[in-house]
Amino acid sequence: MKAEVIIPILIPMLAGALCLICWRWRLVQRWISVVSGAGLLLASLVLLHRVQTEGIQVAHMGSWPAPYGITLVADLLGAIMVVVTGIIGLAVAVYSLATMSRSHEAFGYYPLLHLMLAGVAGAFLTGDIFNLYVWFEILLIASFGLMILGGERAQMEGAIKYVTLNLISSAMFLTAVGLLYGYAGTLNMADLAVKLNGAEQSGLVTVIAMLFLVAFGIKAAAFPLFFWLPASYHTPPVAISAVFAGLLTKVGVYALFRVFSLIFVQDTGFTHGTVLMAMGIFTMVTGVLGAAAQFEVRRILSFHIISQIGYMLVGLALFTPLAVAGGVFYIFHHIIVKTNLFLVSGVMYRYHGSYDLAKLGGLYRSAPWLAALFLIPAMSLAGLPPLSGFFAKFTVIKAGVLEGHWLMVAMALIVGLLTLYSMVKIWAEAFWKGLPEDAKSLRGERDPHLYVLYAPIAGLALITLTIGFGAEWFVQLAMATAEQLLSPAGYIEAVLGGSQ
Amino acid sequence: MENLFAFVVGGLYATALFMMLRRSIVKLVIGLIILSNAANLLIFTSGGLVRGAPPLIPEGLYQPAGTIADPLPQALILTAIVISFGVLAFAVVLIHRAYEVIGADDVNNMKSTDS
Repeated sequence: MKAEVIIPILIPMLAGALCLICWRWRLVQRWISVVSGAGLLLASLVLLHRVQTEGIQVAHMGSWPAPYGITLVADLLGAIMVVVTGIIGLAVAVYSLATMSRSHEAFGYYPLLHLMLAGVAGAFLTGDIFNLYVWFEILLIASFGLMILGGERAQMEGAIKYVTLNLISSAMFLTAVGLLYGYAGTLNMADLAVKLNGAEQSGLVTVIAMLFLVAFGIKAAAFPLFFWLPASYHTPPVAISAVFAGLLTKVGVYALFRVFSLIFVQDTGFTHGTVLMAMGIFTMVTGVLGAAAQFEVRRILSFHIISQIGYMLVGLALFTPLAVAGGVFYIFHHIIVKTNLFLVSGVMYRYHGSYDLAKLGGLYRSAPWLAALFLIPAMSLAGLPPLSGFFAKFTVIKAGVLEGHWLMVAMALIVGLLTLYSMVKIWAEAFWKGLPEDAKSLRGERDPHLYVLYAPIAGLALITLTIGFGAEWFVQLAMATAEQLLSPAGYIEAVLGGSQ
Repeated sequence: MENLFAFVVGGLYATALFMMLRRSIVKLVIGLIILSNAANLLIFTSGGLVRGAPPLIPEGLYQPAGTIADPLPQALILTAIVISFGVLAFAVVLIHRAYEVIGADDVNNMKSTDS
């Protein structure tokens, strides 16, 4: 029993429970949430260190040996994702101190946030495919609660689409799990990998793989299944959109990476080369075209999430060590950058009371620090060197060049340019141009809590810069992760080793 | 027996999809309820149907004698039922609130957040 693997799930879960107990004392809830965010980050860093030095960490729940009980596994990918969860959890907890209104706090914002983080951490660490479904549901039901907190009309409309599409995706997931159990007779992912690789090439396995692809594709907002995301992600308060934008779709991407590197590798020519590749390219293109057409900051950012998901899928679809490393690097970089951009848009709203580009303006003059802090994640998202996004895009595109997949390379480059265009659009409209005449005067200038908002933004920007300037170390980590994903023997050995 | 269940599951999926394609959000939720039940029944069927053989070990033995029903699909379904019941309870409250806020039961009136 390895405690390190369980603690990153236990911390947010306990924090959520404590917040529920302290329902009436909102100040206590705030402190609990910041402390548990920091604790989660610390615990996840310890876990990552353990995984790096001692190899894959496995914990068998209730001491049942692997294929029979539920297993928690932390390999490099899982550990990295948990670290990012910790970073985002802490940043959003601090940011919420100043932005959450009393009514949101009174209706249980902090318990829901922590239960969601527990669900996300659990999904990253579980080694059992039905258990993955359970963690998905935990994070989903918490996110449903967060989505409708406040109960405005737009939130209700967004929530209906969000809830419906996610429930359909859960039903697909359950269907696929049922068929998989009927075929292989096991639900442990490592055991499934062994059983399915021993089986003859079967059409049924490909069918099940496609069902999983649809289920996770809806959650990851991949083309053509992304329509719920731009309809819903811009409706809740900004701290909630930020944590959704950063983490939730990436849980779907993580599940795709896990399932399509460990279990469904029988017919890679079809599943990876054709379906995932087409999905990835279309996701990139449609997402960025949607972003180019929008004139509201959070909608632009929502469409960008979709576009960037495409790069990660392309990384998985090429299925070479370099490409998968690029995908992993992209996930890590994207979660931090995208959360940061949403947090910045919240500060813009603080200054102007609007997310609409036509009503924004003059922020470069009135808030130069904000301009600098916006520029770092925005240019990183567009992939300018030496920021983190450059190395992420570079790795994926280089893998495409080495594989000779020119269509994908061309699309990735064009989408990069269009991303730059829409980031410059926000820059020119919100920061560069003067204040529109009919706009309300700036309200945020004497806001005493502004430093609380700047702290997480600056912290995340610092991480972006660190990834950019220390890219060597992070690329090495991503390469090691990719090697682990592409040769699942080590994973299988670590999970099943004790019992066979 | 399996054939009958296969038809039932397929019929439930078809019914669920038909209901979800209607414009009314009440029918949408009914479709979701049927869909989750169809998925549960599918797990039950694909786990293998065994009649009248509970997974019990006779006294004095260490393993069951003869064929028994696999208890795992039932445990899975039990979990899935609890989860989908909770989620659907949420969905029912959500459509009630949405009906109050939006004032319509028609998804065509919910286009303001699309773009």
